[in-house]
Amino acid sequence: MQRHLISAADLTRDDAILILDTAEEMARVADRPIKKLPTLRGRTVVNLFFEDSTRTRISFEAAEKRLSADVINFTAKGSSVSKGESLKDTAQTLEAMGVDAVVIRHSASGAPYRLATSGWIDAHVVNAGDGTHQHPTQALLDAFTMRRRLVGRDAGLGKDLDGRRITLVGDILHSRVARSNVDLLHTLGAEVTLVAPPTLLPVGVETWPCEVSYDLDSTLTKSDAVMLLRVQRERMNAAFFPTEREYSRRYGLDGDRMARMPGHAIVMHPGPMVRGMEITAEVADSDRCTVVEQVTNGVSIRMAVLYLLLGGNEPAVTHARTTEEK
Amino acid sequence: MSKTLIRGAKVLGGEPRDVLIDGGTVAEVGVGLSAEGAEVVEADGKVLLPGLVDLHTHLREPGREDSETVLTGTRAAASGGYTNVFAMANTFPVADTAGVVEQVWRLGKESGYCDVQPIGAVTVGLEGSKLAELGAMHESAAGVTVFSDDGKCVHDAVIMRRALEYVKAFNGVVAQHAQEPRLTEGAQMNEGVVSAELGLGGWPAVAEESVIARDVLLAEHVGSRVHICHLSTAGSVEIVRWAKSRGIDVTAEVTPHHLLLTDELVRSYNPVYKVNPPLRTERDVMALREALADGTIDIVATDHAPHPHEDKDCEWAAAAMGMVGLETALSVVQETMVDTGLLDWAGVADRMSFKPAQIGQATGHGRPVSAGEPANLTLVDTAYRGQVDPAGFASRSRNTPYEGRELPGRVTHTWLRGKATLVDGKLT
Repeated sequence: MQRHLISAADLTRDDAILILDTAEEMARVADRPIKKLPTLRGRTVVNLFFEDSTRTRISFEAAEKRLSADVINFTAKGSSVSKGESLKDTAQTLEAMGVDAVVIRHSASGAPYRLATSGWIDAHVVNAGDGTHQHPTQALLDAFTMRRRLVGRDAGLGKDLDGRRITLVGDILHSRVARSNVDLLHTLGAEVTLVAPPTLLPVGVETWPCEVSYDLDSTLTKSDAVMLLRVQRERMNAAFFPTEREYSRRYGLDGDRMARMPGHAIVMHPGPMVRGMEITAEVADSDRCTVVEQVTNGVSIRMAVLYLLLGGNEPAVTHARTTEEK
Repeated sequence: MSKTLIRGAKVLGGEPRDVLIDGGTVAEVGVGLSAEGAEVVEADGKVLLPGLVDLHTHLREPGREDSETVLTGTRAAASGGYTNVFAMANTFPVADTAGVVEQVWRLGKESGYCDVQPIGAVTVGLEGSKLAELGAMHESAAGVTVFSDDGKCVHDAVIMRRALEYVKAFNGVVAQHAQEPRLTEGAQMNEGVVSAELGLGGWPAVAEESVIARDVLLAEHVGSRVHICHLSTAGSVEIVRWAKSRGIDVTAEVTPHHLLLTDELVRSYNPVYKVNPPLRTERDVMALREALADGTIDIVATDHAPHPHEDKDCEWAAAAMGMVGLETALSVVQETMVDTGLLDWAGVADRMSFKPAQIGQATGHGRPVSAGEPANLTLVDTAYRGQVDPAGFASRSRNTPYEGRELPGRVTHTWLRGKATLVDGKLT
C-alpha cells in the first residue's frame, strides 16, 4: 500500500484485494455486540470536508470510531475557510494540532493530490471525493458489494471480479464515482460498460479501459450489475438533455427494464437516489437493489483503508494474514 | 557620447563581426574595428541579435503591484534580452482611457530598462459591450496602435467588426484573445484525454478555432488587419494558413510555453502549468513549431503573466492562470526551434524582433544590426546550458513552469539605445 489513497488508479490488483479482504474481516466486527477495535487508539484522524456530504462524512466517522481513533470533524462552512483561508493554511493548522491522517472532501479536482504531494503536511491523506475526479473508497465499497453478491462472501476472499460485466449508467461526465469505478473494476478484471447520452460522456472517454454505449436496453441483458449514477436536475438547464422525462425514458431503470436483466444481476446506486429520475421506487425498493448494503459496506471498507494506511503491519482482527510485502 | 565595441559577435548567427556602438547608434559593423576610446565587450562567438520585442506582456501596474510593476517587469525584460515590450490593458483600472495608457507609458520611460508601449483596451472595462475611446488612446502621448481585450475575448461579432473597421482610420490593429466564452465556462485545462481523466473542466480547441475563423473572415470582409494572440492549437494554425493563402491581412503569435509544454504536465495538478489558453497536446506543439518555422505564425510573444506566490500555491481550480516568460523566452525558442533545426538565428531575429516591431509599429526597434540603426541589441551565449532558477529572476513573480528544467542559451548583454541594461547577465 502507498502512504495515501488518492485515486483508485493508484491501486494494484493485490492492493485492492488486500483492502477487500481486510474489509471482510472488519465486517465481522460489525456483527459483534461491541463493534469496536483498539487498532487506532491514540491516533487522530481529521475529516476535512470542504463540500457538504453528510453520508460520506458519517461513514468515515463511524469507521474511525470503530477503530478507536480520535476523530476531529472540520467542515468549511462557518470556518476560517469561508473567510478566505487557503487549503494550505487550513491543512497546516490542523496538522499542527497533531493529526495522523486527513480525510478530505473537496470540490476542486486534484485538491487531495495537492495536499499529499506539495510538502504542505506529512499526514496520510485519504481522498473522500474530489470534484469530478476520484472517490476511491466509493469504488472500493462498490467492488466489495459486487464481490459479495456475484462471487460470494467467503468464496470471494482473495478473488477479483474477473469477467463480471458491470454497467454504469448516467452522468459520467461529472462523476468521480464513475472514474473511480472504471479504474478499479478494470484492475479487478471486470468488463465495464458506460451508458449515457453522448452529452454526459467526457471527450476523451474513448481511451478509458471500458466500452461505451448510448443505449441502455441493449446492455441490460449482458450485465451482472447495473450501477445508476445520480443525475442532477440542473444539468437539464445546461442542455445536457431536454427534459427529466426524456432522460428517465431513455436512461432510467424501471421494473420492466430490471426484468430484462439476468436473474442474478444486481442494481446499485452510490446515493443519494433521485427516485423517478434515474431509478423508479419499484427498483429502488426491490431485493436486487443493494443501496443499503453499499452503505453498510462503506464503513467496513473505510475501516480497512484507514487500518492499512495507519495501522502498519499488525493483524487487524485475529489471525495473521499472509500477504506478500507491498 | 560613450562608445562600446562588441568584438567577435556572430551577428544574427553569421560570421563573427565587430560592432561599434557610438552613443545610441550602431556606428559600424566590420572586421578588426578599432577599439580606441571604446569599452570592449568580448563576444567570443556569442550571437548578436536585435533587441527583442514582446508584443504581449502583462506588467500589472497599475493595480497589481504585488505581482509586477513597470519597473520590475522591464528589468525582467532586459534580463531576457528585450528592449521593447507591449503592455496589455487588463490592469486595474483597465487601460481603456488616454489617462491610463499615458501613465503606463510614462512609468516605462522612467524605468530606463526597456521601452514600454501600452496596448489599449478594445472595449470599456474589457466588458465586450462598448468601444473604448480608441482614437483618444492613439492620439495620447502613448500613441497606442495595438488594441486588445486580452484575458477576455471580444466575443460579440458586431463589436469585433466595428473595432476592426474603426482602427483603420489610424492604422491600428486589434489583437484578439480568441476564446468563445460559452464553450469555455468553467474551463480549467485543454479538453481531451487528460482532462477526462483528471476531472478538470475542458477548454476545447474549437473555442479558439471558431473565433479565429470568424475574425479572419470579418477582417477580410471589412478590409482590416487582425492579429491573433497566443495561438495554441493545430486547428488554429490551419485556419491562419488558409486565411493567409487567401490574402487576408492576419498575423499571429505563439508563446514559448505552447512551443514546449503539453497538457500531460497537468497530471501533477501543479498550478504553475495553469495558463490561458491552456497547454495543449504534443500534436499541437509540433504543429505550432512547424507554423512558426514556415511563417504561418509570425512571431513569438511571451504572454508574461506574473502572479503572486499564493495565487499558485493552492488547489488547481483556485489558482490564477498564467506564467512568467520574459526571462526564459529566448532559451525556450532556442530549445524548441533552433536546436531542433527548424529556425536559424536570423529566423529568431525575425520572429522575436523584426516582425513584432512591424506588427506593433514600434519605432526604433526591430531594426537590422547595421550602421546608422538604433543600438538596441542583445548578446546571447548560445553554448550555455543550465537549470532555470526562479530565485534569480528580476521579475517580482516566480510562477515559471521551467523551474529546475535545463534549457540552452543565456542572454549576457542587452543594450537599449546604446546604454547597457544588462552586462554579463547582471542588470545595470
